[in-house]
Amino acid sequence: MLWSELERFGRFLDPWREFESMNRALARLSAPVTVEFPAVNLWASEEHAVVTAEIPGIDPESLDISIVDKTLTLRGARRLEELKEGEAYHRRERWHGQLTKMVELPFAVDSSRVQARFLKGVLSVSLPRAEAEKPRKIVINPS
Amino acid sequence: MEDVKREIEKKEASTPGQGERTRQRRVYTPDVDIMEKKDEMVVIADMPGVDEKSVDVTLDKNVLTIHGRVDAEIPENHKLLLSEYGIGDFQRTFTLSDEVDRDRIRATVKNGVLKLVLPKAEAAKMRKIPIQAEA
Repeated sequence: MLWSELERFGRFLDPWREFESMNRALARLSAPVTVEFPAVNLWASEEHAVVTAEIPGIDPESLDISIVDKTLTLRGARRLEELKEGEAYHRRERWHGQLTKMVELPFAVDSSRVQARFLKGVLSVSLPRAEAEKPRKIVINPS
Repeated sequence: MEDVKREIEKKEASTPGQGERTRQRRVYTPDVDIMEKKDEMVVIADMPGVDEKSVDVTLDKNVLTIHGRVDAEIPENHKLLLSEYGIGDFQRTFTLSDEVDRDRIRATVKNGVLKLVLPKAEAAKMRKIPIQAEA
């Protein structure tokens, strides 16, 4: 019997999925998820990937997005408001400084068709998979 | 530059005292900067995904609550391969001193950053006391 056959009975019978979720839960216990600013999410389908990042308050003009091979790099900076004399910070929790974030993509992308959108402090980069990398259907020649 | 490697983590808000929410979703605590200026206090909160229509600022007695609703855009037919942040609403509550002029509070949102300007009430402003030379 194949493991994949278990899928037919529903997810609770799939041992691998259980292991995976257990593993994830354990990893969360031992080490809190900490990442470099900005945090990103990566979504992918077979022909397309989307990278989103929460970078509130950055000037979209100053954000630099580049792609080399399968690596997407974001660069930018966010400054603190300068204080005048007699002014003081009571709390300073917001992130500031230079940011450089690299994200490895699951496949090579067609960089000429990449689009980026910055809305409400959320960056969303749409990355179509390179034509040459797309999964190809293999035709069987009749003998 | 020391901040380049600073690690970040979105902090989930503790269950609010008012009870449970009707909508089941995560709630995060936004990072804030609070500045004291001569005539006003400035609160700046990072709330990515929030715009002027989805943010609420309420002042009840001296409790200031900021709440932002985030409607996540999830790409269709895509699988989440890497998830470094969760998506949810933002909420945070502050207790103000009486020194704020409630009627003149201003709030603006730009690029997912909420800025609140809380002008100080006349009585709380620093006053310079002139000193006269004794004759």
